[in-house]
Amino acid sequence: MDLTTLAFYFFAALTLGFGAVVVMSRNILHAAFSLLFTFFGIAGLYVLLFADFLAITQIMIYIGGILILIIFGVMLTTHITGVDVKSGRTGSIQLGGAVLVTLALAATLIIIATGTAWNESPAPEVTSTAELIGTSLLTRYLLAFEAASMLLLIAIVGAAFIARKKN
Amino acid sequence: MTHDTLLTLSVFVLLTPLLSFMINIFFGNKLGRLSGVVGTTILGIDLLMAALIAFSKLVTYGGEHIIQTRFEWFSPGSYAISVGYGIDNIAAIMLMVVTLISFLVHLFSTIYMEGDRRYPKFYAYLGLFTFSMLGIVMANNFLMMYIFWELVGISSYLLIGFWYEKDSASNAGKKAFITNRIGDLGFFAGIMILFMTYGSFMFEDIFAGIASGTLPFNNPTMLTLAGIGIFMGAMGKSAQWPLHVWLPDAMEGPTPVSALIHAATMVAAGVYLVAKVFWMFTADALTFIAIIGTITAFVSATIAITQVDFKKVLAYSTVSQLGFMIMSLGTGGYTNGFFHLVTHAWFKAALFLAAGSVIHAMHHAMHHMHDHHSDPQDINNMGGLRKTMPWTYRTFLFVTLALAGIPLTSGFLSKDGILAGTLAWAKLTGGWHWIVPVMAFTAAGMTAFYMFRLTIVAFHGEPKTKIAGHTHENPVRIVLPLVVLSVLSVWFFYSPNPIDASVGWFHARVVQPETAVPAAYQWEFLIQDHQAAPAENHGSHHALNALQEETHHYHYLAMFLSLLIAGTGIALAFAIYQYKLISADALEKRFKKLHTFSYNKWYFDELYHATVIALMLAVSKAMAWFDSVVVDGIVNLSAGLATVAGKVTGLFDHVVVDGAVNLTARVTGFFGSRLRKLQTGNIQFYVVMLLLGVILLFYFFV
Amino acid sequence: MEIGLSHYLIISALLFSLGLYGVISRKHAVMVLMGLELILNAANINFVAFARFGGMNMDGQVAAVFVIILAAAEAAVALAILLNIYQHFKHVNLDEVDQMKE
Repeated sequence: MDLTTLAFYFFAALTLGFGAVVVMSRNILHAAFSLLFTFFGIAGLYVLLFADFLAITQIMIYIGGILILIIFGVMLTTHITGVDVKSGRTGSIQLGGAVLVTLALAATLIIIATGTAWNESPAPEVTSTAELIGTSLLTRYLLAFEAASMLLLIAIVGAAFIARKKN
Repeated sequence: MTHDTLLTLSVFVLLTPLLSFMINIFFGNKLGRLSGVVGTTILGIDLLMAALIAFSKLVTYGGEHIIQTRFEWFSPGSYAISVGYGIDNIAAIMLMVVTLISFLVHLFSTIYMEGDRRYPKFYAYLGLFTFSMLGIVMANNFLMMYIFWELVGISSYLLIGFWYEKDSASNAGKKAFITNRIGDLGFFAGIMILFMTYGSFMFEDIFAGIASGTLPFNNPTMLTLAGIGIFMGAMGKSAQWPLHVWLPDAMEGPTPVSALIHAATMVAAGVYLVAKVFWMFTADALTFIAIIGTITAFVSATIAITQVDFKKVLAYSTVSQLGFMIMSLGTGGYTNGFFHLVTHAWFKAALFLAAGSVIHAMHHAMHHMHDHHSDPQDINNMGGLRKTMPWTYRTFLFVTLALAGIPLTSGFLSKDGILAGTLAWAKLTGGWHWIVPVMAFTAAGMTAFYMFRLTIVAFHGEPKTKIAGHTHENPVRIVLPLVVLSVLSVWFFYSPNPIDASVGWFHARVVQPETAVPAAYQWEFLIQDHQAAPAENHGSHHALNALQEETHHYHYLAMFLSLLIAGTGIALAFAIYQYKLISADALEKRFKKLHTFSYNKWYFDELYHATVIALMLAVSKAMAWFDSVVVDGIVNLSAGLATVAGKVTGLFDHVVVDGAVNLTARVTGFFGSRLRKLQTGNIQFYVVMLLLGVILLFYFFV
Repeated sequence: MEIGLSHYLIISALLFSLGLYGVISRKHAVMVLMGLELILNAANINFVAFARFGGMNMDGQVAAVFVIILAAAEAAVALAILLNIYQHFKHVNLDEVDQMKE
């Protein structure tokens, strides 16, 4: 077992473990903080996959942006000071159904992942991906890039519009 | 000033009144009372420019026939439609006449129209009117002539019907417009005959074509008809019998407008047109013109004698004088006819502005006395105005003398020339044509009579009503135009010799054009005698043709006769109305029928009502009957058929189509009501279903 | 055993299932959102794994970037909608927000 393999298992455990906490926890705040560690684990996995730029992006956007947003959402929609921080599950019959479906799906996905003969051709190791991604974004994916920027703009305006106080 | 400068400047002269129109129509409400000042100032500038052009053309370039420009406007197919504008001597003189009178009318109206609700609009219309008239003056082709001709028509409509709240005013506007349209129809036909033949609207092209011997449809009668057609346009605008009926009704417009219409703009247009295209009239067309003119002069003079409305008397006198002008042109007296147009313009404008002054004063007096029922225009309500309005009286008296044709006035010079011309013409043509000078002299005598009747009844004696006694002289802005215009009616502006106009500059500058019509279709005496001309050149006289020579011979006889007749007319007027030697009432009773006939204007309006208008109404009624019975019947029948067909299709629709549709709907509804239980509204339930579907699909297919 | 493509795929599959479980089972809408984020991240891991091992190279990573962009936009709009729902119902329990049925 070399260090890389060790690191992989560490980050995988981090991701899945806290991921489980996120979905199982009854306390929303606990769930939110667990999500932080999940994201962090995923960022670690990215590093192992030679995607250093994505790893940084993951930390900055997910942890710095989305997660904060979610915590705001929690605070704005839940009575923090009251007892209602805990979030109940849905009815037990549906809960059973959920477990069943989830397990079935997980099994299916794993069968596919392991059973398929993937066309494996490892990418060459690169020192920095930022430059390559930047070049791609501004050449081959320029249209998508611009569309994404428009989407963000629309999302900002739309979110502000939806969330503002109505008279 | 070079030719180019002159032409450029004349464009400015043309467009300046349009500027006044634009400003007053768009910003009039903001300007308010200022619009009068703006309009008058603009016209003043226009007048200065026009004076410059007239001076330059008449003095510097007096010998040249015309300074003009032409350019291609558009070219449909193989034609090339050229337009242009030009200044010849008569145009230069008309420019002065139009702009000066228009300017004075603008000035006059600042007082006369004061307080009117649509004061700025009035000035806008005046500007439009002046613009259109200047366009006619400058046109050197039929196309532009016709366009501006119609513009004059519409602006006169707007101005005559200016007080359109009054029924009579709006009717008068319509009457003027429609009557003019009848004449314009002939005008248009005439233009089209010429255009089809010569392929151009330009005067020079058409006249050159006629002179080269090309005749419309190779038929001299068509050339005569074209001439008569164009003359019909002039008949409408210049109010010649039988289309004269609109002019007296046009008195419904504000009095300054009457002055403008009667002197400078509208009615002058017809005479000007005839003078401008004088080249192309054949002998037959000229005779037609002469006869129409004579009838007009005579008929309207008889009507004027009995009218009691101050402005109506003047209106009929205008019609009569226009008849004189047309008659003169028809008898080949080109120069005298146009000369009379100019001199008449000054004194007729003065007469109308004086009438405006009187009416204005009467209005004020009535207002002062809280009288709202009397007629301020009825001369029987006046009398004694000589004392209360001395300046108006003096100018009115002087221009009346001019109109009556008394020596030392311009009116004498021009009228004398016309009368001599008719005598010469009758002598040269002979036969029944002697009726023309006879009627002309009679009309001239009647002119003197009715003008003095008007003067004496309105101004002399004691005030006939309290209103007349309370009138006062008007301010200087009203009196000044009167003075200017009457000064212009003094002889020495036109000729150094008070009894002979032919030695003056006017006759030197307005030379009868050489006729373009082939000799076979023209009076012999109108054809220029090239060999004889230098030989006949004794003294300052320069006879161009036999007619002028003959006119010169008749000069003294005509003068003597016209003075005698005018003197008789004046003496009669004094005898009846001033000294009451003959009782007017007794005369009226004695000639009851004649009086009624004249007072009712020869029943022309009634005649038209009974014939033309009745015919039109009958045709309209027939059309209406056809419409309501036949056309409506067909429409109603088809509508009924459509209704029946509609009911049948409706039944089919209701039973078969609707039945099928309803069945489908019921079946769908049945399954829908069962299936909708699945729609729980819970998203998570939907997600589960979705996933189940995905998993099942995976195992089913892979 | 060398860490290869299938390792990452399995992690991704498990993470996806966890997220899905969250989406299905939780009442609180924010929790559902968190599950959604997990699902998106699972997909991202797939992209990056294929970029590393499956020959997609940079294309895979760029796709991941776009996914992150979408996630950010989605989170913003979704939370705005949540605030509206909260204002209207005074709670954000999804199973009670079913006014649109029938």
